[in-house]
Amino acid sequence: MPAMKFRAWLALVAGILPASLAAIVLFLAIYSWPAMHFNGLGFVARDTWNLGNLYADPIMRHGVQIQPGATYGILFLIVGTLLSTLIALAIALPMGVGAAIFLAEAVPARLRMWISFLVELLMAIPSVVFGLWGYVVVIPFLGQHLYPLIAHSLGKAIPFFGEPTGSGYGLLTAGIVLSLMIVPIIAATLRDALVSQPTSLREAALGLGATRFEALWKVMLPGTRKTLIGATFLALGRALGETMAVLMVSGNALNYLPHRIYDPVSTMAAFIVSQLDSALQDPSGLAVRSLAEIAFVLAIISIVVNALARLLLLVWNNSQRSVVV
Amino acid sequence: MTVLAPAHRTVHQIRLSRRLASLTGWTLSAACLLALSVLMVWILAVVCVRGLGAMKLSLLTTITQGSGGGLLNAIEGTLVLSGAALLLAVPFGVAAGIYSAEYRFTRWATTIRFLADVLVGVPSIVIGYFGYVGMVEWLGWNFSLAAGAIALAIISLPYICRTTELALRQVSNDLRDAAYSLGANDRRVILGVCLPAALPGILTGILLALAVSVGETAPLLYTAGWSNYMWDGHLTHSPVGYLTYAIWTFINEPFASANALAYAAALLVTGFVLVINIIARFVLDRRARR
Repeated sequence: MPAMKFRAWLALVAGILPASLAAIVLFLAIYSWPAMHFNGLGFVARDTWNLGNLYADPIMRHGVQIQPGATYGILFLIVGTLLSTLIALAIALPMGVGAAIFLAEAVPARLRMWISFLVELLMAIPSVVFGLWGYVVVIPFLGQHLYPLIAHSLGKAIPFFGEPTGSGYGLLTAGIVLSLMIVPIIAATLRDALVSQPTSLREAALGLGATRFEALWKVMLPGTRKTLIGATFLALGRALGETMAVLMVSGNALNYLPHRIYDPVSTMAAFIVSQLDSALQDPSGLAVRSLAEIAFVLAIISIVVNALARLLLLVWNNSQRSVVV
Repeated sequence: MTVLAPAHRTVHQIRLSRRLASLTGWTLSAACLLALSVLMVWILAVVCVRGLGAMKLSLLTTITQGSGGGLLNAIEGTLVLSGAALLLAVPFGVAAGIYSAEYRFTRWATTIRFLADVLVGVPSIVIGYFGYVGMVEWLGWNFSLAAGAIALAIISLPYICRTTELALRQVSNDLRDAAYSLGANDRRVILGVCLPAALPGILTGILLALAVSVGETAPLLYTAGWSNYMWDGHLTHSPVGYLTYAIWTFINEPFASANALAYAAALLVTGFVLVINIIARFVLDRRARR
């Protein structure tokens, strides 16, 4: 039967997509296995990344060849990743909701397409261009003008915002640049959800005497809550794995936990790029495998976050449109 | 629930406070949208002004030399890498998209759809590092076109799959019914009827995937490497240059000539991405909706 043949053939070719995802996870797991064995669970709890004495002869420990003194811990990376993502979400969530509200409800239909396009274009700008912009324009602006201002006002009350404000490279800058990269995900998804709410809802609210904003805020917006949560998870996933922009503005701290919001940090994704060159100097090869372990952990985290987001959107919303981010 | 206003407030005052709340709400949301638009324009303006300031004809016709020279090698590398990635990703991505649209209720289709969404979310550096340990080290390809193009293809795959699927879903079922009633089999219906009808949408997806490939950096750093020279035609064992690397590296160097390369590369990449998005949005998307 030629029909069956065609379908089976199609199913097989389509299988390259699940296969590549499985290959990524499996290969990283197998490659980093010696590192996982040596590092143990302390990998995520220690805040020291030390390749050890690279000029000494490798020694055996737990059945793995290592350089004397080598310890691998990524607590500072986990803290940096989580904090920068949190800051990004704290900025992007209200901003995205506000922009979506105004786009869906107040912008004239003729203009809407253009402004939507402008906002969604933020999604298309390459990460490294955000990094360039951050490096050239944002860091000097924040470091010289905004951060001293925050430190002098807010910093008086909360030490975390206090001086010294540093050079502009750091946690807050990374969070701000990240927030811009994820805002369009939230804004675009929420705008679509708002537009697709039944108009009868709004009419009912207006008929009961609500103002237009009340109808929107108290009736329409609660109806999109689930979409908003799903979109937030997508944005979270994007922020956790963002590499180039963070690499260029975060200050790339090593073995350092931030004490102030301006302090340099590094994230798991950025660290992989910034450390591979020095990891290659390790004759035992364990450093490269430990970096693979970071990549593996990052892959698992992002798979879980994205799977959760899609499941939420799928189950709650049953939406046809998928935001391909 | 009481519907009466408290005695000390008149109806008029309550309405005023509600009006004020509404006004504040609109103002804040307008401010958010305005801020986003301004930031977007700011980024584009920085890239355009600095990029145009640094752009010279010689940048487009010569290769990189140390921290100066031109970008011809990087332009060629970006085109070859992204082109090769598309060649690899389009057949598989379109096939996956067709399967998950035309057999959408099967378990395999649901699985592919779901995993495509998950794969979109896997950070590009993870795919790049997979490329490094898998292809550069384990297969021994060294920094090469093949490793870079395969990493980019894995990134493009889910975009192409999902947009193909969405485009096929827009095709009316009447068309399928008509074709089946004329005696066509699955293959004829899908390849001969549905696919042509969905072509503008599929092309949009492929173009957007190309834009993503051109703008990627992290997956190429440790798969394609970097080269100051033109691509020598070898698939493995010879590194390839690309524009996004020039942006990242040359902006950090203390030489004006190097910075100029970075700005020019940023202008080229952003301009390319912009043009593709405009074509996808205003030409193909409109045709797809008709």
